Amino acid sequence: MMLPNGWEMVVGLEVHTELKTKTKLFCGCANEFGSAPNSQVCPICLGLPGSMPVLNERAVELAMAIGFALNCTIQDSTFHRKNYFYPDMPKDYQVSQYDLPINARGYLDLPDGSRVSIERAHMEEDTGKTTHLGTSGRIHGADRSLVDYNRSGVPLVEIVSGPDIRNPQQARDYVAELRSILVAIGASDGRMEEGSLRVDANVSVHKPDTPFGTRCEIKNLNSLRSLTRAIEYEALRQIDVLEDGGSIRQETRHWDEDRGETSTLRVKEEAEDYRYFREPDLVDLAPDQAWKDRVLAGLPKLPAQRRRDLEALLTNPTDAQRDGVTTVVDLDLDLYVEGVAQAHGDVALAVARAANELAAANEKLANLSVANFVTTVAMEQSGQLSATQAKTVLGELLEKGGDPASVAKAKGFEQLSTDSLSATVGELITANPDEWQRFKDGDDKLAQFFIGLVMKATKGQANGKAVIAELQSRR
Amino acid sequence: MKSALEIAAAVRGGQSALVAVEESLTAIRARNEELNVFLYVDEDGARAAAARIDEQVRRGEDPGLLAGVPIALKDNLCTTGIPTTCSSKILEGWKPPYNATVVDRLVAQGAISMGKTNLDEFAMGSSTENSAFGPTRNPLDPARVPGGSSGGSAAAVASNMTPVSLGSDTGGSIRQPAALCGLVGVKPTYGLVSRYGLIAFASSLDQIGPFAQSVSDAALLLEVIAGHDPLDSTSLPEPTPSLLAHVADGVAGKRIGLVRELVDGADEDVVRAVNKAVETLKDAGATIVELSIPELHLGLSAYYLIAPAEASSNLARFDGVRFGNRVDGEDVTAMMEATRTAGFGAEVKRRIMLGTYALSAGYFDAYYGQALKVRTRMIEAFATAYQQVDMIIGATTPSVAFEFGSKTNDPMAMYLNDVFTIPTNLAGEAAISVPFGTGEANLPIGVQLLGPGRSEARLFAAARVLEIADGRA
Repeated sequence: MMLPNGWEMVVGLEVHTELKTKTKLFCGCANEFGSAPNSQVCPICLGLPGSMPVLNERAVELAMAIGFALNCTIQDSTFHRKNYFYPDMPKDYQVSQYDLPINARGYLDLPDGSRVSIERAHMEEDTGKTTHLGTSGRIHGADRSLVDYNRSGVPLVEIVSGPDIRNPQQARDYVAELRSILVAIGASDGRMEEGSLRVDANVSVHKPDTPFGTRCEIKNLNSLRSLTRAIEYEALRQIDVLEDGGSIRQETRHWDEDRGETSTLRVKEEAEDYRYFREPDLVDLAPDQAWKDRVLAGLPKLPAQRRRDLEALLTNPTDAQRDGVTTVVDLDLDLYVEGVAQAHGDVALAVARAANELAAANEKLANLSVANFVTTVAMEQSGQLSATQAKTVLGELLEKGGDPASVAKAKGFEQLSTDSLSATVGELITANPDEWQRFKDGDDKLAQFFIGLVMKATKGQANGKAVIAELQSRR
Repeated sequence: MKSALEIAAAVRGGQSALVAVEESLTAIRARNEELNVFLYVDEDGARAAAARIDEQVRRGEDPGLLAGVPIALKDNLCTTGIPTTCSSKILEGWKPPYNATVVDRLVAQGAISMGKTNLDEFAMGSSTENSAFGPTRNPLDPARVPGGSSGGSAAAVASNMTPVSLGSDTGGSIRQPAALCGLVGVKPTYGLVSRYGLIAFASSLDQIGPFAQSVSDAALLLEVIAGHDPLDSTSLPEPTPSLLAHVADGVAGKRIGLVRELVDGADEDVVRAVNKAVETLKDAGATIVELSIPELHLGLSAYYLIAPAEASSNLARFDGVRFGNRVDGEDVTAMMEATRTAGFGAEVKRRIMLGTYALSAGYFDAYYGQALKVRTRMIEAFATAYQQVDMIIGATTPSVAFEFGSKTNDPMAMYLNDVFTIPTNLAGEAAISVPFGTGEANLPIGVQLLGPGRSEARLFAAARVLEIADGRA
């Protein structure tokens, strides 16, 4: 998008990701979404008097993996207490990292070639969830407030970008790429709708070559769509204020998805004084080189490299094929495409089938072996199966398992014999003399008309390519 | 009452654990109303535990190093299903769902908890006058304070209700009442004893430690509760030191520093006792080195910023949401305010305000940040001293036990009671108070022995020399 009158937006993002650990950050309670309220709690994550935190080593490993994936310096770090009263904070302070985060100074390269700097990626604990009952829906004036502490103490990493983002699409690409990395390295399940990935955006506007404007922080961005809409709305709002001669207050704003606008949550003067100080119940976190090396060695190939590797298997990939490759990598379908490449099959066809048919039934992949995918693609490539039939076979394999040849046979996808196809085409030409004449006169569009008739007559068993060959031979 | 060592030996030898338990219950019945030592007496639990230990002995099993030894627990130690109040209205009636690690370790070695003892609310005080459930009286002179904050645990042992007890020491809360009640009291090296289940006052300073009538009982008790705990990240990884075995090691060849700043300002009778202790140790073969550590004078100011700062955060969770008392309000915020206003006493509120202020933006560097620097200097100053000497000697308190109300209107006068004990907490090191002689009104005086981290065995050996010379063994 272009902003009016030469304005430029400046955006920095804070992405909170819940780490995919078995247990919480400081206790042995299960880190699980969707359990009965207050069923995953203990004295530690409830903040009962006398309880003490013990740092989860797996969470540290995942935090380091994020640091490596984002090209950060992994450094010795400390934990602080962020003090404020809120019912979903069991201790009324949050244990977080403050002046010495575990990961500092990295960057993330986006598919469009731009680079966004990462200031830090630090560890902290999540809070519980409060539901305020009553007309206000907020803490003040609520009739009753219900708190679920299952999420309390779930490990989070907060990834803070530099103010390097210049438009909503870039913000979207940044979060999408980050999400893809977090999923690939096993740090997060990346589910924005469940809140396991949450985004806050710092937005300001200025004219190029002038200092940055005052920023506003937008909370509650729970989807990529919200993110782009909110950033765009907020930049335009700020421009309106500035062009009317007003000035921007530094404040935290809430994004209302239904109304499509941001509104003031609290201004800077009302901001809490968090009284940060070192958490005396934890010791310094100083992973030794051997531990860091193990985490680095265990890091899988990152999405950008995987996309490059798959694209290298295609000759002059189209934009659609590149999008297909992105989907394949996002959904971790690389092995299927690579299998087809190893069997010297049609990689472009493999990308198309993976990015569409496999992507649509992602949760049923266990039923489909790479070998059976390779076979199905080969059958389509050779004309043994039509495109429609190949899709049906894949759908059946994903649904119920089995091998492609048997499924094709059971579905009656036997190849029509050349004689039989030829006879059918001859009958249809006789029945539609005007169309045949126009085709013969050079109107290629009518090929589609005849293919349609053949398919109908053969109940989809004919191969489109074979029909065209038959038509051409009679032309 | 017999010593813990004697009781354990008798019980392991076949004497019923009920004997000591009944003796303890009788002593509690006799004086608890007068002295206000126990907030909760677990009569049934103690008898049941004694029966279990007798059964173990009958089956030929060893019930442990503290077999059948009655013990009193400061009421800031969590005990499963037993009220744990911190002497605060805000926690009145709360029953923890878990035991502090030290409690589990005591039980595993056969000790029998008689109940929970009074303290200054949330361990904030030096006289046990700040308890929401009334002050504890000094068994040696009921017109005087037992010291604090572990006044109840000190009084339990001083009145022979139990042979030993546990307290917690953040700035002197074990050593000061031990001195005022004529007992041995130990502030172990930070991290030697797990804090898991100790309701925190100031987490970087708190340590749990023993009270006993004798050095040997104190060493035995500390040996049982010490050692690494995976539930406390700040607990030391090293194996539990052997303490009881070294009690008789003596001080021959040891270099002991007499530190001027740990005697300056003490009453004459206290100074006399320290000097006599120095002579005793010299006679036992130690070399005395006179030292000055000027940094110790900065301890009190640094402590009264660091401890309240941590307390302001540690006590935030007492908000009426999940446990303890709740005073309703029109919404959650109002409920929290009303709960804390009604639930906390004046001294606790004073320290929460002090600590909140010290941590606030704009004041942090001038107060809390400065105090941390002082703390670092204190650690370095002690380290330098311990290059010259093996341990340090000084007074535990400036005076013998004082009368009720004599310092309650002047918080600074009360705070000054901890001037000799605070530096050890700031440095995270070890110290023992051992009774040595008497002063005004024939009340006991405590002499303090300080050492570097994990020097407890050395300190017990020196304390034992003083104990023998004092005719207490």
